[in-house]
Amino acid sequence: MTAYIIRRLIYGVFVLIGVNVLTFALFFFVNSPDDVARAQLGAKRVTPEAVEKWKRERGYHKPLFLNEKSTGIGRVTETVFFDKSVRLFAFQFGASDQGRNIGYDISTRMWPSLAVQVPAFVIGLAVYITFALLMAFFRATYIDFWGVVLCVLMMSISALFYIIGGQFIFGKLWNLVPISGYDSGFDAIKFLALPVLIGIISGIGGNARWYRTIFLEEINKDYVRTARAKGLSEVRVLFRHVLQNAMIPILTGVVVVIPLLFMGALITESFFGIPGLGSYTIDAISQQDFAIVRAMVFLGSVLYIIGLILTDISYTLVDPRVRFS
Amino acid sequence: MMPFRFEWLWSDVLVWLLVAGAVGLALYTRARPHLRAPWSRVARSPSGMAAATVLVPFVLIGLLDSLHYRAALPSSDGKVIYATAVRSALDRVLEPLRATREKTYSAPFATHLYAKETVQLPDGREARIYPRLRHGGAHLADPHAERGRDVALKAFRGLTFALMLWLVVVIGVCAMRARHTAADIESVWRGIWQGRSEVPWRAVFCALGMLFVVIGPVIALAPHYHVLGTDKVGQDVLYQALKSIRTGLVIGMLATLVMLPFALVLGVMAGYFKGWIDDLIQYLYTTLSSIPGVLLIAAAVLMMQVYIENNSELFPSTEIRADVRLLALCVILGVTSWTGLCRLLRGEVLKLREMEYIQAAHAFGVSHWRIMMRHLTPNVMHIVMIALVMDFSGLVLAEAVLSYVGVGVDPSMISFGTMINSARLEMAREPMVWWSLAAAFVFMLTLVLAANLFADAVRDAFDPRLIIAGGRP
Repeated sequence: MTAYIIRRLIYGVFVLIGVNVLTFALFFFVNSPDDVARAQLGAKRVTPEAVEKWKRERGYHKPLFLNEKSTGIGRVTETVFFDKSVRLFAFQFGASDQGRNIGYDISTRMWPSLAVQVPAFVIGLAVYITFALLMAFFRATYIDFWGVVLCVLMMSISALFYIIGGQFIFGKLWNLVPISGYDSGFDAIKFLALPVLIGIISGIGGNARWYRTIFLEEINKDYVRTARAKGLSEVRVLFRHVLQNAMIPILTGVVVVIPLLFMGALITESFFGIPGLGSYTIDAISQQDFAIVRAMVFLGSVLYIIGLILTDISYTLVDPRVRFS
Repeated sequence: MMPFRFEWLWSDVLVWLLVAGAVGLALYTRARPHLRAPWSRVARSPSGMAAATVLVPFVLIGLLDSLHYRAALPSSDGKVIYATAVRSALDRVLEPLRATREKTYSAPFATHLYAKETVQLPDGREARIYPRLRHGGAHLADPHAERGRDVALKAFRGLTFALMLWLVVVIGVCAMRARHTAADIESVWRGIWQGRSEVPWRAVFCALGMLFVVIGPVIALAPHYHVLGTDKVGQDVLYQALKSIRTGLVIGMLATLVMLPFALVLGVMAGYFKGWIDDLIQYLYTTLSSIPGVLLIAAAVLMMQVYIENNSELFPSTEIRADVRLLALCVILGVTSWTGLCRLLRGEVLKLREMEYIQAAHAFGVSHWRIMMRHLTPNVMHIVMIALVMDFSGLVLAEAVLSYVGVGVDPSMISFGTMINSARLEMAREPMVWWSLAAAFVFMLTLVLAANLFADAVRDAFDPRLIIAGGRP
């Protein structure tokens, strides 16, 4: 087990190196730093001096891979690749193109993100599984049929409309909560209620239907028939047998996203003005701040890989049959 | 001298190639019963066929919007000069909508602007009033008294015409079925109405009826009123919504088309060869899928924007630049989303390669390439087919979100995303401007819902696990 986890960790590091090389190629080969500088400073009428100054201020003036002017270890370390990519492995995110400290920004902005994401995730999971179990319990009846119809209808609506509609109904029409903004401490609750609620509602369609499929696949198996033949009630079969065994496919999808909750929800946060990592990313994209985008790509990949490893570990916990060699 | 010259944008070429490919595939399938079987299962699904009926007008509008041309300008000296503006066949059809620009916002069926304006009265005084629209309801002498009656009358006329057309279609289909089965038309009709026909014509007729009931009055009213109002710059919202359809369809279809070769080649190779090739491909897709999708797309689109800005001389007109951006977005979406299908195909091929017929092929000395092409790929095509239709609706939804984030289509290109994006601040206006959002919502919901229902029917028909189990789980 330990050996397996260590092997997965090493593989994860290799994947991260791949991510790093890929993003570096995307950001520095598709367009040279000169091109980026020119585009940032306003296309054609830019003097070479201005470009040079822009690059120097942000540390893009060094050679990409090999610094001929330097000596010793400096030949490798005093390069753009080392500064902008290798340092990420030590979580040294450096300064953004606007000159802000990215590491500090991330550490302060992850809390509002978590404050939205964790309740939405936990309550959401409970709601989705409840709905799915209800549909599975009433399978092949009208309740099930219309439940599925409702799910398909709800998953056909763009997330943008859930947010806009929610803000309109709860914020403007009924005046229950402020439309957007954020506050520290417990005052934040009134700002968080709506984003959490909308996060849950917008996910019901797809998730409830997906879990229903998992439950129904499980219900058709032989051990369930045996359980019924023993005379167990349908409720007991569903909760004691089906739910437990359906945990494995559910875990695959769920555990992976837990670490990614840090990253926040992009559009939700920007619509509700929550100062989390999601709106941070959106702002960076709209301001074309490539340093922040690079940092977030790296962070997202790290969290995803952690999620994959957690998934593997969780398998051994819920399914005693799983043994890793 | 031609009155116009075709202008083939890159996305047009790909769309029509796709259509040609689909027609070719349909002809190929038609002659082979084993390929036809799953499609005839789709044809027996009521929800699938109703969804397909709704999808047809969307596809037709999309195709009509993919025929671009530049009109010839009137000139005196016989030399033909073509306009710089690129228009599509759909623009030509919708000319009454496109050309009737108002000054700014106006509500659906409005005859007056939505905002007060200072105007000079005939007697020289100035007053703040709601001015009359230039086009919406301009034929009315006294809009306040006549409008309701006029709208109702025109809508009723359109509705009657639509219902008559619907009856003609229904009777036509019944007559054809009657000739085909050598039964009398009345018993055919009764069979269809009681849901006993093999192809669920009743569902098709219902869907068609609903479509006609909506489209008929709209066609009757659209030349005289702005049925869905106008936006900030006075453009007809119905026109925008219809133009958005092509953008959504192109993204939904071309992105999956880009993804397909990656997923198919790499997935089959990984499953078939195993060993280091499998390791390498697995590493590749783990790496790609570990980057959060939106961020990877955003990074790639940002870089493309920088490239376009620095090489603006390559793109002579706004339309061409917007088109290249649309294509690039499709490519980026395709390249970033092949990993899921690749993993599915790899798993399936891993199972298939141990089957006896593959071992027999090995024993006969069939080459690796030929085994993959002739023996493995055809047997994973059902997975490809399911993935193709399932991904479509997700891509249409993704376009709206990406455009909101600012990494979607070119801002000058009309799409559901740009419509929502420009309209969302209007909700805060007092009084509220709701029609742009409502139009985008209704069109998107109809398109995505129909696509989802159709995709479900295709999945149920193609997935062998479900067929063996006797239908949907």
